[in-house]
Amino acid sequence: MKRIRQMKRSTRNSWFTYTLVVAAFAVVQLLRTFQDGGIGAMLEGQLIPICAYVTMAVSLNLVVGISGELSLGHAGFMSLGAFAGSAMAIALQDTVALSPLRLALAMVFGAIVAAVLGFLIGIPVLRLNGDYLAIVTLAFGEIIKSIVTNVYLGVDANGLHFSFLSNSNELADGGAELIRGPMGVMNSQRISTFTAGFILVMIALIVVFNLVNSRSGRAIMAARDNRIAAESVGISVTKYKMMAFVVSAALAGAAGTLYGCSQTTFAATKFDFNTSILILVFVVLGGLGNMWGSVIAATALTILPEALRQFSNYRMLVYAIVLILVMLATNNPTLKQFFSDLFARLGGKRAEKGGAAE
Amino acid sequence: MKKMRVLSLAMAAAMSASLLAGCGGGTTSQPSAAPSDAGTQASDSGSSTATGAAFKLGGTGPLTGDAAIYGLAAYPGAQIAVDEINAEGGDIQFELRYEDDVNVPETAVNAYNTLKEWGMQISLGSVTSQPGVSTSVLANEDRIFSLTPSASSPDVIAGKDNVYQMCFSDPNQGLASAQYIYDQNLGENIFVIWKNDDVYSSGIYEQFVAEAETLGLNIVGNATFTTDTATDFTVQLNQAQDAGADLIFLPIYYQPASLILSQANQMGYAPTFFGVDGMDGILTVEGFDASLAEGVMLLTPFNADATDEATVNFVTKYQELYGETPNQFAADAYDCVYAYKLALETAGCTPDMSAEEICEAMVATFPTITLNGLTGDGEGITWNDQGEVSKSPKGMIIENGAYVGMD
Repeated sequence: MKRIRQMKRSTRNSWFTYTLVVAAFAVVQLLRTFQDGGIGAMLEGQLIPICAYVTMAVSLNLVVGISGELSLGHAGFMSLGAFAGSAMAIALQDTVALSPLRLALAMVFGAIVAAVLGFLIGIPVLRLNGDYLAIVTLAFGEIIKSIVTNVYLGVDANGLHFSFLSNSNELADGGAELIRGPMGVMNSQRISTFTAGFILVMIALIVVFNLVNSRSGRAIMAARDNRIAAESVGISVTKYKMMAFVVSAALAGAAGTLYGCSQTTFAATKFDFNTSILILVFVVLGGLGNMWGSVIAATALTILPEALRQFSNYRMLVYAIVLILVMLATNNPTLKQFFSDLFARLGGKRAEKGGAAE
Repeated sequence: MKKMRVLSLAMAAAMSASLLAGCGGGTTSQPSAAPSDAGTQASDSGSSTATGAAFKLGGTGPLTGDAAIYGLAAYPGAQIAVDEINAEGGDIQFELRYEDDVNVPETAVNAYNTLKEWGMQISLGSVTSQPGVSTSVLANEDRIFSLTPSASSPDVIAGKDNVYQMCFSDPNQGLASAQYIYDQNLGENIFVIWKNDDVYSSGIYEQFVAEAETLGLNIVGNATFTTDTATDFTVQLNQAQDAGADLIFLPIYYQPASLILSQANQMGYAPTFFGVDGMDGILTVEGFDASLAEGVMLLTPFNADATDEATVNFVTKYQELYGETPNQFAADAYDCVYAYKLALETAGCTPDMSAEEICEAMVATFPTITLNGLTGDGEGITWNDQGEVSKSPKGMIIENGAYVGMD
């Protein structure tokens, strides 16, 4: 107990987040194994998308919360990861028999593709700041969507076939269409698992926390808090912003692969502006820069629309109202004061106890 | 300032509480607003939920959102059939539940899982194609038999022994349309406007072009749009006009089609418009001047003006309950329920059987039955063991705000 109190605030924060995710995973896994009927078909089907959205929220939080840039095109990176990763997974179907390994390779590929594009997009984008940057990322998200909508990719014994705008790929027998333009990807197998999702969330958290608590992380935050001051002490603002942006894109790409490999079919239109905003809502609701907040917000807001099915046609209306209420409640100074008092009192008691025990 | 916050919080809480109270009573057991009134009315006589010994029949469809007209046609159609069957009080009783999928595959999977949790024994699949592709894979894995009223893509049934279709498949529609245009000599220069991010539209388009080439029809061009660009069609219409098209083939859903009709009218361009079954429903689009649809031709398996007893009975009942003329989606869903009744009777299934047992029985039974339904052209509907239905589309033309069979 004492060691926990003596820990640095940031370390305590990160360990709390890890514990939260591991505990949630353990509870869900126990319920799935031992409880009759598992956790229910509805929740069971949502586990992997939840892991994907949590990773998306954590990665976007790195850009919005830590680096302080408003990005409205995050779903674009998810899209790249989903398409590149799924295509990779289908292409490797015969060569790599072990599906977890195939998924891992696909994720790495999805992450690399997203990271490379994140870097290319970052070059013009990160020269801007504030509102301009938000608008430009929004435009890039739309551009990625439009491009992916027109890609046709197929594979057969002769190698890869690529065409743009209209499908002119002529595949030999036994060939497979990997990306079918506007109709997206049709997976022959769904290889994503909840365990893979959990591992991805953990990797994302470890990467983000280690980056934030490193020298580079402090440089990123310094650039966020005062650009001029940071530049005056020799911090290359663009470089550090780029670092956060690319890491975030790579994680989003991996999350996209996880999502893509869990769906039977998905199209580029799935990753539109609305999805970007949805992920931003997770981040804002969880608190800027607060990783465990993002984890909880992403989980809750993914389950919520499905949990509200009993309201039938009023489902999305109720969802919106709940969202407004939660936003108001979490930002209410009275409530905030109440909770911080409560925690302080609890903490105080604990401190007394800890002191008495020694 | 603080007071304002607390006040707004309280107001929002009160609003949501009143909302919950408002819709908590009636709609909890009966999803969807439109059929819920009728559902409760009908359940006075027939009761769709009362008996414990009923087959749990579930389906997903867009009950809200852009494609809602399809879900809100299929659901009542199925509901009428279920109420009729339950009122008869035979051995086969149904309990129907529809879940909203907003025409999005991911949501459809969630909706399907919700139904599975509810204990669905037989499924009506999904109403639209793209969600249908998602849910049919799951239905195949879970061994829940599924008969979709209107998810017409061949991908929905491909490689799945327990997924059947009530509608004719997309390629068949393309084939039939080209044949129809050729036989009736409807147009010299044909232009196609299709939606290239839609399984349904592109499936029909590809087959239509292939068949038109064989028949020697003159296709002067085509133009595409996507979900994002489905708001303005002046470019496509100008292309068609420049190409000198006198017939525009629209293998698309009614919503963009209604825009195309209005914009063509504004341009003063009046070719013949020819649609497929997705065009069905255009007369009920809100804010659309139905007079613009005069003369539009479409292929559909169902004719609401038919004079046979079953159709008249169904149309009257539907109009009475929902105040609209039913379209083919409603008729297909209605037929689906009766097909289930027939197959379950033939196979001798009972509601206490598990979904898997029923599924195996249905897989064995469905290819053997012949259903005389609303959409069958009088010859009866049969299925092959791939899940494809055999029926021929009927050509319709819109005259005086109603579909009239053209032969």
